[in-house]
Formats: sequence, structure tokens, C-alpha cells
Amino acid sequence: MASRTSRTVIVGAGAAGLATAEALRAGGFEDELVLLGDELHDPYDRPPLSKQLLSGSWTDDRAVLRTREQLRSAGVAYRPGVRATGLNTAEQALTLDDSASVEYDALVIATGMTPRRLPFGHDLRGVHLLRTMDDLVGLRSELRPDSRVAVVGGGFLGCEIAATCRLLGASVALVEPMELPLRNVIGDDLGALVADLHREHGVAWYLGRSVAGFLSVDGRVSGLRLTDGRELDADVVVVAIGAVPCVEWLDGSGVLLAESGGVRCDEHGRAQDGVWAVGDVAAWYSPRHARWIRVEHRFTANQHAQVVAADILARRPFITTAAAAAEPMVPYFWSDQYDFKLQVHGVPSGAFEVVEGSLDERRFVGLYVDDGRVSAVAGAGMAKALRRWRQAVVDLTPVTDLPGWRSAV
Amino acid sequence: MKLSADQDKCIGAGRCVLVAPELFDQRDDDGVVEILQEQPPPAQLEIARNAVALCPAAALFAEDA
Repeated sequence: MASRTSRTVIVGAGAAGLATAEALRAGGFEDELVLLGDELHDPYDRPPLSKQLLSGSWTDDRAVLRTREQLRSAGVAYRPGVRATGLNTAEQALTLDDSASVEYDALVIATGMTPRRLPFGHDLRGVHLLRTMDDLVGLRSELRPDSRVAVVGGGFLGCEIAATCRLLGASVALVEPMELPLRNVIGDDLGALVADLHREHGVAWYLGRSVAGFLSVDGRVSGLRLTDGRELDADVVVVAIGAVPCVEWLDGSGVLLAESGGVRCDEHGRAQDGVWAVGDVAAWYSPRHARWIRVEHRFTANQHAQVVAADILARRPFITTAAAAAEPMVPYFWSDQYDFKLQVHGVPSGAFEVVEGSLDERRFVGLYVDDGRVSAVAGAGMAKALRRWRQAVVDLTPVTDLPGWRSAV
Repeated sequence: MKLSADQDKCIGAGRCVLVAPELFDQRDDDGVVEILQEQPPPAQLEIARNAVALCPAAALFAEDA
């Protein structure tokens, strides 16, 4: 061990892993920094995949976060196309799929998620997932203005894919097992708004139903059969039914998982001594929620990276701690569908009440009030107003303290 | 340091304004970022870096001059 400098290894070169590497360097980290990515691309941003890249309004290079030349000059040893297959925390060593082994002094787990699959149908041509750049290229190459697209899953990803496909001129069917899309995330009012939005743009919803099977001709999908027996024609199917944390490589390592399946960490992202986890794969303890929460939002990757870099740097008394952790851990996400741009701060729970604008105009700010306190704020078309309301989430403000609060929510 | 923004990438989250209100603002109509000071004063350098690093749309850039 004494023969080399200290080495930090980050497993996963998505937004969270990359941001952790950059935050370490920005904070003065001078030792060896290795960034392992299981894809062959330069690190890229995923949110544009379902929007600007699928529509073709951006060229793919617009989503690249850093080129390997930029990483090299930042002193980050980026190793694309390498997957971690095992972890031995006692030896402080990783095994890799090229059968090599890498020792570390600090390990950051940033392996993200892998899309959930249906138990059938993924072997058919025309059936797609959308998580990676390669997925995107495969899906996009099949979309035509006269395509008949079926999107399975009416979550944010499915809704964004549906919107983009409609903008490209394809006909779109959206299949969602709940009676209202997104009701489990943003509640009934905004779920109904999103459902109406897509109806107005010509999307055919099949709510309250799931997919029972696929129809195919010569190994290519030709449609799907729903649980109510109805059959839909489709030449392109996108399955967007959520994703699960990539943790199988941690089996037997002693790294503990939370109920959500993510790596269980304290509020500084520590999984155990010398091991941290960031981004989609990480379930951090949230003092404000008094439980471990795993947050699959793009912004959380950046928040986690700042906190973990500061924590790793703090182990080294000769380096000043980065001024990062003062940021309260309030999640943030957005979703763009057609011209509707939804933004949410916090983790919505409780009743929803509009406080500015109106849902009918789709220009509003609304609060989620749980147990008399503001759990989250959501808005569209009023970005600056929404930003100001966020403080009520940070403070968990009792609604009775809000000026002008008039409702008995 | 020189700050720049890609307004086409900006999603109007306003995270930069929350972190560094002296350096960034949002347009009134669509919330897209506007840079108030392209060259942050020394006391704001760390805050500027933090705002850039936190941007959820990767729309902000800080070049070391």
C-alpha cells in the first residue's frame, strides 16, 4: 500500500460519478482518481435522451458532459467499457469484468440503475428500452412519422417519450396500470393535467391496464395485447416501467442495502468506512424524512457529488473542505412534455393546493401540504415564483404561517 | 474565472440563483438563466463553482481565466 499514492475509485461514469470526480478535483484532491464506466461513450447526460436527442433537435454530442480529453487534463483516469463485478471491502479491492483487480483507498459507488423489463417480449425486434445512448440510437433509428408507437408505462420517462414521438408525427398509445398517470408521484390533480395534456396532443391512453403479451410477425413486434383483452397495433414499443439500482455486483461485499434496493448510506453518503454511494443507486438517510430515501433525479446526482467529495476531502487534514454541504437536501426534478415544463422541489406528499396561477392555464405554483407542513412545491410556467416558494419546503413551513393561506387543507 | 451559460440547455430550475444570487438571475417570462457578472469577484469564486457544479441541466460553465 505504501508503494503508491492514495487512490479513489469511482464506479460509474454517469452524472453522479463524473460530478464526484470533478468535485474532488475542484476541492483540491491531488491523489489518483479513477473513473470506471461500463459504456464506451464519453460521460453524457441522460435527461436529453427522451427529449432533444430522441427528437433530433440536438446532435448527440450536445449531451456529452465531458470528453475524455477534458477528463485526462483534469487528472481523471477514465476507463470506459469496464464493469465492476465484485467488491472485497476487507482487501479494499474491486474485481472488474476484464478480470483485473483494482485496489482503492476510497470507493464511490455510482453504478446507477438498469431499466426494469417485462417478463416477455424483449427478444422481439422493435421492442426498446431507453436508458443509455445506445438504447437511444436503436429507438431513434426505427421512428418514422408514420410509426405506430406503444409506450408501456406512463411515468415521467414514458410521458416524455410519448410527447417526443407525437412531435415527430408518430401515432402514440400509452399504457399505464394506474387510473391516472403519475398519481403516485405528483398526485391526482397534476396526474389528471398530464393525462389531459397528452389527450389534447392525440395520444391514446390505455389507463388501468397492463400489457399481457406481444404480437409479432417473424420476430418483429406487430402489436400488444392488454390485460383487458384488447389488442393494439404497434411497430415500435418502448418499455418504460421504471428501473432498479445496479447493486448485484455488491453481493457478498457486506455493503448494506436499503429497502428501496439502493446502497444504504448516512446523510453524508457513507455506506461504510471508505465506501460512499451517490446518485440513483444510493439511498441516503434523510433527516427531514427520518428514513432512507433513494432519489432518481438528475439534480440529486450533483447534490450527492458535492457532499461526498467534501466528506472524502475532510479525511485529509491538509486540504480545506469544499464549501458544499450547507445546501439543504431538498430534491428537485423537472419534466418537459410538449410546451409543458413541470418543476418540483421536495418529495410530494399530502394534499395539493394551487397558490399562484391556475391549473386550467397550466401556469401555476402549487403546494403539497402534509400534516400541516409544506412537503413540496410544484409549478409550471412560473419559474421565478416557484423558486421563491421552495424556501417553504426547506423550512417545512407550517401552512398556517404562510401569508395569505386561506385553505383548510 | 469566466462564467458562461448555454441558454438552450437551461431548464429554468433557478438553482444557480439560489446558490449565487449576485451572479445569476432568471428571465421573468421563462426562467432561463441570465449571468449578472461574467467575472465573479474573488469572494464569489467558490460560490460560482458550486452553482456551476449543481446545475441540473449542465448548462453553466466556469473557465479558469
